Amino acid sequence: MSKSPLKEWMASRIGARSIGAMTVLVLIGMVELAIRAGIVNRFIVPLPSEIIVAIPRIIVEENVLHRFWQTAQEVLWASLLLAGVGIPIGALLHRFSIMRLACETWVGALAAAPIVLMYPLFLVIFGRSATTIVMIGFAAGLAPVILKTLEGLAGTRQVLLNVGRSFKLTASQQFWKILLPAALPTVFVGLKLGLIFAMINIVGVEFLINFGGLGQLINELAERYDLPGTYGAICFVILTSIVFFDTTERLERFLRPGA
Amino acid sequence: MIGDSAPSTTASIDTALPGDARLLDVERVSKRFVTSEGVITAVDDVSFSIAPGEFVSIIGPSGCGKSTLFNIVGGLVADYDGRVTVAGDVVRGTHPAIGMVFQEESTFPWRTVVENVAFPLEIAGASKEARLERAEHFVNMVGLRGFERRFPAELSGGMRQRVALARTLASEPRILLMDEPFAALDEQTRLLLGDRVLQIQQTLKQTTLLITHNLTEAVQLSDRVLVMTYRPGRLKRVVDIHLPHPRDSEVVSSDAFGHYVAEIWHDLREEASRGIRDDESRVLEGRAKR
Repeated sequence: MSKSPLKEWMASRIGARSIGAMTVLVLIGMVELAIRAGIVNRFIVPLPSEIIVAIPRIIVEENVLHRFWQTAQEVLWASLLLAGVGIPIGALLHRFSIMRLACETWVGALAAAPIVLMYPLFLVIFGRSATTIVMIGFAAGLAPVILKTLEGLAGTRQVLLNVGRSFKLTASQQFWKILLPAALPTVFVGLKLGLIFAMINIVGVEFLINFGGLGQLINELAERYDLPGTYGAICFVILTSIVFFDTTERLERFLRPGA
Repeated sequence: MIGDSAPSTTASIDTALPGDARLLDVERVSKRFVTSEGVITAVDDVSFSIAPGEFVSIIGPSGCGKSTLFNIVGGLVADYDGRVTVAGDVVRGTHPAIGMVFQEESTFPWRTVVENVAFPLEIAGASKEARLERAEHFVNMVGLRGFERRFPAELSGGMRQRVALARTLASEPRILLMDEPFAALDEQTRLLLGDRVLQIQQTLKQTTLLITHNLTEAVQLSDRVLVMTYRPGRLKRVVDIHLPHPRDSEVVSSDAFGHYVAEIWHDLREEASRGIRDDESRVLEGRAKR
């Protein structure tokens, strides 16, 4: 029996995304109704319709696009550092078991550490600048990238490695042609987790040190008790997250086709 | 035409061939593993030779050391007693003359069919154009024309094993070593893939060593079947298969085929029963210890 056109559309990529968007709209509508009905206090959560109205205002008056770009740049630099440093460290820990035994527990502990509380130290080292924000984001996201890279490399199926051995691959060929491509899905899970930790910390430090992009704007709007504006700025943080996640997924599909 | 006459069976463990007729020589190979239960001899003093163009199967019950022997001949295990040579050249580590097809699914999921098959040519440094052209030749040979740009995730288990076979053939090995490559497939697919393997073997005159626990597969494909004992794995018997060439899966309906299967099963049954008894006693011992 063939599928109905509606089921086919729902199963398609566009269909799934449309359902996702509609779900968000329905949820927003429910929040609007709950606030209007007095179930949720509007002095804590503003009306979604007020937030929508506030967005053009914060774009014009608060220069939000520039701030969005500042935060996006910081996230981009932190992501590049995470990939450029975290993946090689994970690969080194995989390659040298003595290093793995020595460091894996510490790296795991680093993942649970509240790095953001060390911001005064970073301020002393890097000054009140974007570098501090990027470095805190990087430090916060590093552990999951290392651990997931290690997990991905260690989890490569032995038979694939044996195929490489049967074709007499060198250690370098074995890494670039088999180990890394096989580990990429797990490596990307680590990168996405690292990105989440980095973003939270970047916006948080912008808020704390009152410097830079969206975090600083949220701080300022909150101090003015401009709740719709604050929530509007948070929407731009979410937008940053969506942009980076989408880019990461596209990169993963490009580097690891056939999944 | 299938020979239905009474087959002649050579019952012997003397597998020595004249010196110039040997391509692969396995000489007095033994392998022991140290486990928590003590030292286990997986393979014990196994010797055999394979002539160029010959198709030989090794059959035995689970746990008889077939896969260990596969790993030793393929150069994946270095620490063993005895010697393996290819045309007189001692195998130390993996040998370029030996191509391996594994029991587990071993295609690279991130590469298309043709990219998988082109892999050994890429490693050998062939130009992109040359390797893709060559790879397409082997893709056609295993009957996957039209699937060149598909990824393994889009193929069935049997098709993926054919990709793995084509990839190994693309490296043009002098000896093709296969470890139960069709074990995960259903019987009909296995028989039909056996036809494909026979066609390839006849076309390329490919020297092949097949490790299997499947009687039908061993008799359908082989010129010789080496029967192994249950632990420790020793050669129990060598059965020459005198079924006519070219062969295909129709051969399974012949009397001669049935005779060979019965003959081998007679030896194998005893070993398989020992294996089952051994497993049962180990389970009981384990329970008693708890």
